[in-house]
Amino acid sequence: MTTSPPTPPTQAAIEFVSVRKDYVSHGEAVPAVRSLDLAIGQGEFFSLLGPSGCGKTTTMRMIAGFEDPTEGKVFLDGRDVTGVVPNKRDVNMVFQSYALFPHLTVAQNVAFGLERRKVAKAEITKRVGEMLEIVSLTGMEKRQPKEMSGGQQQRVALARALVNHPRALLLDEPLGALDLKLRQQMQIELKRIQREVGITFVYVTHDQGEALTMSDRIAVMNNGRIEQLGSPRDIYERPATRFVAGFIGTSNLVDGHVSWSEQGYAVLEKGPGERVVVPVPAGVEVGRDLEISVRPEKIDLHRAMPANVTGSLLSGIVTEVVYHGTSTNYTVATSAGTDFVVFDQNAHDAEDVATRGERVYLTWAPQHSYPIGV
Amino acid sequence: MSALRINGARVLHAYTWLLIAWLILPIGVMILFGFNDPSGRYNQTWQGFTLKWYRDVFALDALTDALVVSLLIAVLTALIAGALGTGIGYALGRFRFRGSGGLNLLMFAAISSPELVMGSSLLSMFVSVGISPGVTTITIAHVMFSVSFVAIVVRARVMTLDRSLEEAAADLGASGWTTFWKVIFPIILPAVMSGVMLAFALSIDDFVITNFTAGTTQTFPLWIWGATRVGLPPQVNVMGTMIFAAGVLFAVIANLRSRSKKG
Repeated sequence: MTTSPPTPPTQAAIEFVSVRKDYVSHGEAVPAVRSLDLAIGQGEFFSLLGPSGCGKTTTMRMIAGFEDPTEGKVFLDGRDVTGVVPNKRDVNMVFQSYALFPHLTVAQNVAFGLERRKVAKAEITKRVGEMLEIVSLTGMEKRQPKEMSGGQQQRVALARALVNHPRALLLDEPLGALDLKLRQQMQIELKRIQREVGITFVYVTHDQGEALTMSDRIAVMNNGRIEQLGSPRDIYERPATRFVAGFIGTSNLVDGHVSWSEQGYAVLEKGPGERVVVPVPAGVEVGRDLEISVRPEKIDLHRAMPANVTGSLLSGIVTEVVYHGTSTNYTVATSAGTDFVVFDQNAHDAEDVATRGERVYLTWAPQHSYPIGV
Repeated sequence: MSALRINGARVLHAYTWLLIAWLILPIGVMILFGFNDPSGRYNQTWQGFTLKWYRDVFALDALTDALVVSLLIAVLTALIAGALGTGIGYALGRFRFRGSGGLNLLMFAAISSPELVMGSSLLSMFVSVGISPGVTTITIAHVMFSVSFVAIVVRARVMTLDRSLEEAAADLGASGWTTFWKVIFPIILPAVMSGVMLAFALSIDDFVITNFTAGTTQTFPLWIWGATRVGLPPQVNVMGTMIFAAGVLFAVIANLRSRSKKG
């Protein structure tokens, strides 16, 4: 190609093109990221979600410039930054340990980046003040980091990064060290701040709840690859792989082959009167093996055989009943051979509760079955 | 059982005070005999109280000159060993590089090898290289044995540093040089200062290596050694007291500073 195509108006903020990253350990190359093609949009709240060792942190560190890809290229706003050192990249990071400079005050910490860029003194003071207001730390300019709580230190780290108006803000499990209550509070706060400043946020976490709550889009990573990329609803309701179904929330998985199909639904017979009904695209043939995922809150639990069931029906024996206040969680050993977890809202009378050892019937609507990988 | 515990506590008290006395008694005697008014050449038995040695502390020119030389060498050693040791300590604590293991070993070898061996080796080296002995050779020798102490103190501090501090600085646009001076150095400064103090203290009272490398130059310890045969003037006690007082003063200031920072 002799001419480069014109930059499209929807230029990705961050782009990975065929990126691979190996670490060398004892003379052997260990892949951390196997093959990554990814575009993160302007102003997006984007999460990299996965278990430890899945490559999410390595991916983030390649955006910051702390790691260089073994193969492939990384682009920031369309500019190839592969091999560019961290201090020459227009992104900023919030570290898991916060990494606040212990010998500097809050205001000096926040001003650090602006001073490096030789911003005028008066301008620095103004912007530091504004940023501390956004993170609700006004009046704490003179404090030392160690005199502050974990939540406050977190806000300082956030302000220190955001004050530079980076192209993207990278957050590496920033809420990991906070207790549950504070974490939930900061999740809402982070979302608010992101709306206010309008900067692309790339958020690394292993906490699926956190990712679902805050993200516009999520990339679920496993073993150095993206397993699924989509909105929180997509990923929760329509898991693309068995791994995603298991990692995000609780999934009931049942497999079998198609007994018959009609009008876009496949039916998997599971015994006399028992079946799993699942919507499928055209072309799924009789006899094909399917793996189906059902979320526990979509299932209705009956103590007597229900009549006129149009969707799926499985019977089973209750093996565990756990009371959770708003819901009761049942584990049911089903006739299909797998254990099902059912979340039952506690909306009915206390007497109407199945007990351990009781035979129960599980039903759910056809659209709540989801075939994995079809 | 409680009786046993009380007895144990008493023994511990007694033991502690004994240990403190063991440490302080010689220093106390040195200070006390700076106020003695001996009749003869020997300042060894208590004769009476006087302040005249404090008034005439610099009356003996040779002793004063020796002290000035020692102070000069100690300051030079502290500065040079401080700068070199900080660099070595940072490199060893922060990076793994070809030869870092060997360098580590060398640090401890320099500390543990006998002074007699080092002194005589240094002397033959200076002679064969052709550097005439004096302040230069003494300073080179002192830097050589004290740089390891600075490096080890600094290395220990650098190893406890959160690595993401450097990444955070780089992320905020700081070059390697700026990161060191704006972030790393201020944080490890207390360790650097204790290394510098250590180098100063090691240098100012070193005798064995100094004796080998001094030539005709007189340092404070060398002069005292020479004078013991003809009787030590009480000025030596006064100067010793002053050096001791300065050391205590530094320790107290350092302690107060670290306390006020924590508070």
